[in-house]
Amino acid sequence: MATTNYEKHKSDGTMAGNALEWVDARFPMTSMWRAHLSEYYAPKNFNFWYYFGSLALLVLVIQIVTGIFLVMNYKPDASLNAAGVPVAFASVEYIMRDVPWGWLIRYMHSTGASAFFIVVYLHMFRGLIYGSYRKPRELVWIFGVLIFLVLMAEAFMGYLLPWGQMSYWGAQVIVNLFSAIPVIGPDLSVWIRGDFVVSDATLNRFFAFHVIAVPLVLLGLVVAHILALHEVGSNNPDGVEIKKNKDPKTGIPLDGIPFHPYYTVKDIVGVVGFLIVFSIIVFFAPEGGGYFLEYNNFIPADPLKTPPHIAPVWYFTPYYSILRANTVNFFWLDAKLWGVIFMGLGVVILAFLPWLDRSPVKSIRYRGPLFKGALAIFVVSFFILGYLGILPPTPGRTLVAQICTIIYFAFFLLMPIYTKIDRCKPVPDRVTH
Amino acid sequence: MSNEEKVNCNRRRLLIATSAAGGVAAVATAVPFVASLAPSQRALSAGAPVEADIGDLQPGQLKTVEWRGKPVWILRRTKEQLDALPKLNDQLADPDSKREMQPDYARNVNRSIKPEYLVVVGICTHLGCSPTDKFKTGAESGIDANWPGGFLCPCHGSTFDLAGRVYKSKPAPDNLEVPQHMYLSDTKILIGEDKKGA
Repeated sequence: MATTNYEKHKSDGTMAGNALEWVDARFPMTSMWRAHLSEYYAPKNFNFWYYFGSLALLVLVIQIVTGIFLVMNYKPDASLNAAGVPVAFASVEYIMRDVPWGWLIRYMHSTGASAFFIVVYLHMFRGLIYGSYRKPRELVWIFGVLIFLVLMAEAFMGYLLPWGQMSYWGAQVIVNLFSAIPVIGPDLSVWIRGDFVVSDATLNRFFAFHVIAVPLVLLGLVVAHILALHEVGSNNPDGVEIKKNKDPKTGIPLDGIPFHPYYTVKDIVGVVGFLIVFSIIVFFAPEGGGYFLEYNNFIPADPLKTPPHIAPVWYFTPYYSILRANTVNFFWLDAKLWGVIFMGLGVVILAFLPWLDRSPVKSIRYRGPLFKGALAIFVVSFFILGYLGILPPTPGRTLVAQICTIIYFAFFLLMPIYTKIDRCKPVPDRVTH
Repeated sequence: MSNEEKVNCNRRRLLIATSAAGGVAAVATAVPFVASLAPSQRALSAGAPVEADIGDLQPGQLKTVEWRGKPVWILRRTKEQLDALPKLNDQLADPDSKREMQPDYARNVNRSIKPEYLVVVGICTHLGCSPTDKFKTGAESGIDANWPGGFLCPCHGSTFDLAGRVYKSKPAPDNLEVPQHMYLSDTKILIGEDKKGA
């Protein structure tokens, strides 16, 4: 470890100072505060894109706090109550109608789920355009990809809990993906469900995972993500290493400013802006036009009847499109399994970005036309995949999805070539403004 | 410790043995937790057979009963519908029901015991959605002009004919499953068992 071995805090003689000195002799309070906030030097040229990391942390807190209060009234029980409605579904209605302010807490949680993905997608895009995954930040990026994966699992399991039609059939489809695995598949999907169909056993275990197991893993990964970041230091929109130019006397990067107070204050601006938008959605459009809360999910789960059109929530649709785009049997494996494989690879391939990118520069500011073009096509096809994922499939749409799936993977697999031959611009020594 | 330091072989052996014993204990402890996720005794015993009354079923009409939490369809097919089945063979993935998706007594062109009555599990073999019935033929069905009537899975667009046979080049790999079933009388079917009294 480089510089966490600070002198312990010495009291200035005041009562607060004495108390802090007492703590510091027993717990690294001051040195942690310094290492991660007041003496963590971040590049001074952070722009708009750098809000989304701290916003993701804010949304995580919102989800945990609202989640705790929802659990106080929610019941993971698929049996039917006296009125013939599943208890779980009825308990969500109860939260919405009878619990004081329950509607607000629930809408904060459901809107928070979508907000989480919006913020995380933008955070990942930031990494993509400024090359934040490049050496020495590979592990920061890999922890981030794991967070994305775990977040998908968390969102998927949480979506089953209201026990509506979309909850039920969405879970049915996704759990059945595992049955595509040869030999062990069918038994594996029974083991995951704990029953032959999605049932009370499935609901209860998803509840346990959603409220305890997955959040614990998520928190651990977030800590690892931040620790790894603070070990190597933040990247910036110029993609130059600020640690290369340090003040010879203090050893502090010349282009670095302490995270606190500079970026804590800057991030408060982002937080306020975010909360304004978030509140508008929570209060005026909590269903997000059927994208944040799907209309079919206001119908209790019916194991005998699939709704006429089922689609996952918007944040899964690009990957869902990739799943559906595989309609051809290759080799000895059928299309169903290829769909599952490609959907999984679509996420996993992100982890390999640090080694796929062979460009001499990190930031898009100094990249050539090839990378910019590839990125633009990639973003467009990602949006198209997302859009197609919410629509029912037709032969024409499937063809478009197939083309976009190829583009999605080509962006990554051809990256070693086009980043290497690209015409990059010279990178400055110091950060620009 | 430097590498040149002499390794105490006795201690090393003891260390390996202890680690191995600890590892075995850890794996053994994991077994009950992993096993607890499998279906419980109650879930296993809930798979009892169910009886269905088909006395009131009109030709062309479909009835859904619940068995093991799954929808089971009983469809009484009209003569025209039955006559159309063999003509579809070249459009189907498994027209002769070669794959194990039905008991032997349903491995025939109608995929049923009595030609009229089709009994299938109404769960798509792709990813487990329940297909919707599209009994109207031709363009009126909203599928295509030559549609002979059948089932459409709303999730990923797989189509099945009126014997539950899947069409070619669709996401679903197999025909709809015909469950074990038997006739208790002319108007009563038992679903989930086929040996009673046999």
